[in-house]
Amino acid sequence: MGERSTFLLNGEEVVREGDPMARLLDVLREQRRLTGTKEGCGEGECGSCTVLLDGEVVCSCLVPIVQVDGREVRTVEGLAGDEAHAALSSLLVREGGVQCGACTPGVVVTLRALLERDPRPTRARVREALAGNLCRCTGYEGILRAVAALVGRKERP
Amino acid sequence: MADLPDPPQSAATRVVGARPVRPDGAAKADGSAAYVDDLAIEGLWHGATLRSERPRARFAVDTSALAGSGVVCLTAADVPGRNRIALIADDWPVLADGETNHVGEALALVAAPSRAAAFAALGELRVTYEDLPAEVDLDAALAGSARELAACAVDHGDVEAGLSAAAHVVEATYETAHQEHAYIEPQGMIALPGPDSAVEVVGSLQCPYYVHHALVSLLGCEPDAVRVRQAVTGGGFGGKEDYPDLIAAHAVLLAARAGRPVKLVYDRREDMLATTRRHPSRVRHRTGVDAEGKLVAVDIDVLLDGGAYTTLSPVVLSRAVLHAAGPYACPNVRIRGRVLATHTATNGAFRGFGAPQTQFAAERQMDRVARVLGLDPLAIRERNAYRPGDVTPTGQVLDESASALQCLAEAERRTGFRARWQALEAERSRALDDGRPRAGIGLSLCWHGVGFTGNGERRMESPVAVRLERGGRLAVLAASTDIGQGTETVLAQIAAEAAGVPFEAVEVAPPDTALVPDSGPTVASRTVMVVGGILERAAGELARRVREGAPGLPFAAAGDAWLAEHGPLEVVERYADDGTEFDEETYRGVAYAVHGWGADVVEASVDPDTLIARTERATLVCDVGKVIHPLLCAGQVEGGSLQAFGWGHLEAARVTGGRLEQGSFSTYTIPTTLDAPAMETVLLEHPGGSGPRGAKGVGEIPMDGGAPALAAAIENAVGIAATRIPATPEVLFEAREAGDDDG
Ligand code: FES
Ligand code: FES
Repeated sequence: MGERSTFLLNGEEVVREGDPMARLLDVLREQRRLTGTKEGCGEGECGSCTVLLDGEVVCSCLVPIVQVDGREVRTVEGLAGDEAHAALSSLLVREGGVQCGACTPGVVVTLRALLERDPRPTRARVREALAGNLCRCTGYEGILRAVAALVGRKERP
Repeated sequence: MADLPDPPQSAATRVVGARPVRPDGAAKADGSAAYVDDLAIEGLWHGATLRSERPRARFAVDTSALAGSGVVCLTAADVPGRNRIALIADDWPVLADGETNHVGEALALVAAPSRAAAFAALGELRVTYEDLPAEVDLDAALAGSARELAACAVDHGDVEAGLSAAAHVVEATYETAHQEHAYIEPQGMIALPGPDSAVEVVGSLQCPYYVHHALVSLLGCEPDAVRVRQAVTGGGFGGKEDYPDLIAAHAVLLAARAGRPVKLVYDRREDMLATTRRHPSRVRHRTGVDAEGKLVAVDIDVLLDGGAYTTLSPVVLSRAVLHAAGPYACPNVRIRGRVLATHTATNGAFRGFGAPQTQFAAERQMDRVARVLGLDPLAIRERNAYRPGDVTPTGQVLDESASALQCLAEAERRTGFRARWQALEAERSRALDDGRPRAGIGLSLCWHGVGFTGNGERRMESPVAVRLERGGRLAVLAASTDIGQGTETVLAQIAAEAAGVPFEAVEVAPPDTALVPDSGPTVASRTVMVVGGILERAAGELARRVREGAPGLPFAAAGDAWLAEHGPLEVVERYADDGTEFDEETYRGVAYAVHGWGADVVEASVDPDTLIARTERATLVCDVGKVIHPLLCAGQVEGGSLQAFGWGHLEAARVTGGRLEQGSFSTYTIPTTLDAPAMETVLLEHPGGSGPRGAKGVGEIPMDGGAPALAAAIENAVGIAATRIPATPEVLFEAREAGDDDG
C-alpha cells in the first residue's frame, strides 16, 4: 500500500513504498537502519536530525518522504567515508567539539555543507550556520575552535 | 597517594595533564555510536505511557477497549510488591494509584509491536478525573498545607547580636525558576527479560547502581537477577541520575508482561512534561555588615519547590543550604532550609544540586550590599572571601587550596573588571535616551563542595578495581559513566599515570552491573576526585606488586610473568576514611572534603528599549585542583557556563495550572551558537583533597557563577537589579516598574 518514492540515498538508489507522509527521519532510522541521524525534538528545533537534501541542510524530522522523490539525500554515514570527514571529525574531537555526541552527527552534516560552500568561513559565519544545531554540552566553543583549526584561522584559546 | 612510591615515569606515561584523544569521539562523529534508540534488538516491542492531565485528582483508567487486542496494558494494580521507586523517601509511585499528584505523571503503560500501535493503544484508554485542590507553586504551597519534603539548618555564632551591632542591614529576596536539563538525547530504556525472571536493562543513564537498586527492590529479587547496562548516553546533567529508575521500572514491567524486550523512548515533549527539573527557589537574605563592608551576620532562609515527590530533595536542600552563605567568611550565620511539595512534576538532580540557586542569591546580595556601602563588586568580595584557615558556618576549617582570592585576582588581571565596571557605572548615569545597546560587566565568586555532602562518601565505600590483563594491559572496573564529560578518558589517564603504563594500555570497562563494582553514582563532581583517587591507589598498588615480582623487567613482561605464576590479579581499593566528621543532625563538622572555587566575569549588552540582553564575552576562572585533561576540563567549564547563562536569562519556564507552559524547544529556548558568548577559560591549579594528584572536580562549579555574573552585568548596563531569573525582558520590565533599580 502507499505511494512509491525513489531517491538517491548516500549515492545509492532507493525505492520505497508506504505512507507518503512518513518522516524522512523515520525512514532513515527504521527502514534503512541509518541511526546516525538522531531525533532530539521532532519539531525542527534542535538540528540533531540534520541531513543534506540535494546538498541543502534540512531537518529530516520535518520532511515527509514524498518530498524527497527524485532527489538526493546524504546522511552522516554517507559523508563519513572521505578525507574531508576524517579531518573535520578529528579536529572536532581534539578541540573539544564532541562531548555526549547527541548533536554531533547533525553538526558534522551542517559543517560539511557550510565548508562546501565556503572553505574558509569566519567565526560569525560558522555561528550563523550552526544556529539551528543545539548542543547542550560544549557551550559551542569546542566546535568553533575545531572549525577555526580546520581552516587555519587563529582563534583565542 | 603519598605513602606509595612514585611510579617510574617516562614521557609516554606522563599522561595526567596531557590531552589524549577521547576514544569515543570518532564513533560519535560518524554516527556509529549506538545510543539506546539506535540498538537493533530482535522482537522488540515499543512502550508508551498514559499521562495525567491534571495536577491533582482522583482518577480511574478504563482499559476495556484494549481487551483481546494483544496489546499489553498495565496500571498500578499490576505493579508487583510495593508500588514505589526506592530512593531516599518511599513516596514515588511507579504508577499513580487512584490519585495523581502532577500533570504528566504516569497512570498506565502499554506495549505493542510498533511505536505507532502503542500510541494508538494509548488513544483507546479512557481516563476519568475528579479534581482535588492543587498547590502548583511555592506561593500556593506556603498558603496551603503542603507537605514538607525536607528541612535542615545551620547555626554559627549569634546572628541577632551580629545584626544589631551591624552598621548596615540589607534585606532582599531572590527567586530562580525551573530549569530543564535539555540533554539532546531524551530519556530512553530497553528492558530484556531473561530466563528465570532475570531481567536486563540497557539505557540512557548516569547511575547504573541506582537503577539496579530500584529494580531489585521493585521485583523483590536477588541482586544477581538484575543487570543494568549503560548505552552511549546523550547528556545527563543530573537528569539521568534519578528519573531512569522510573523509566527502567516501567520498561521492566512491560517486558515481563509481554515476555519480550520492550523499549520506552520519550519524545521531547514527553520528556519535558514528565521528567525532573531543577528546583525553583526562593531565598531571603538579611545581611549585616560593618562600616568597612566586612560581614558581621547573615541570616538566610532557603525555600525550594520539590514538586510532587521527594526523590533527591533532601540532598539537594542540604547542598543548597551549605552553599547559601557563599564563599565568604562571617562569624554569625543562620541558614534555614525547607523543601515543600507542590503538585508539579518532581524536581530532582541537576548540575550544581541546589548550590546554583542559593549562590545566585548570595552573589546578588553581595552586589546589593556593596551598593549600600559604595563599594565596587570586586572590593566587597576581596574583603570577605574565604582565606585558607577560615572557618565555614559548619565549623569546617578550610585547607590551603581555598583559592577564592587567587580566582578574583586572576579574573581582574584578565579583564580589568574594576575599572570597566566603574566606567560603565559612570556612563550609565550619563546615558542619553538614544536607544543604543548598553554594555555592562558583572562579576561572581563561587565555591562548590566536591563529592557527597557530609558522610555520604563514607557510607558508599566505593570499591574500584583494576585488573591486570595480558601484555601489560590494565582494565579499570568502576561504575562511573561517561555522559559526555569524558570519564572514560580521564579514568584511563589516572590509572595509566599511577601504574606507570601508557594511556593506550588502559581499558575502562563499560558501566555494566555484571562487570563493574558499585563505585557510586556519577554525580556531585565526584568522579575524578573520589573515584579517581581510589583508582589511583588501586592502579599504583597493582603496578607495585607486578614490578616487585620481577624487578628490572619491562611492565608488560613482568605482568605476563605474574599472571603465569600466580593467576589473575585484581586489586580493589575503597574509599579511605579521612577521619573527618559531619553531624547530620546539627550540621556541624566537615561538610565537604574539599572545594572548587571560581570567579566569572560576564560582559553583556542590553537593549534599553526591549531589555533583551546578550552575553558577549565571558571569562571563566576556575580552580579545579590538578587538571587531569585540560581540554575535557575546559569543556565542562564552557558547557556548564552556557547552561548557567541560559538559566540566567533565556530559559523561561512558567508553570500555569501545574503545567510547564514552555513544553518544547520552540518555546523553551536553550542557548544556540548565536546566544553563546566568546568564552575564555582559565584553569587554576590549587591541589587539595584525596583526588589524584590533588584534582578536585569540575562537573558542577561552572553552573554556579554564570547566572549571577550575567544578572550583575545587566544591572551594570541598565541599572535594573533583577532579583529573579531567568532575567527575561518581561522580568526586567517588571523589576523596572517595581522601581527596584537605581537607573
Ligand atoms: S529532531 Fe529534527 S530538528 Fe530536532
Ligand atoms: S555534545 Fe552533547 S549535545 Fe552536543
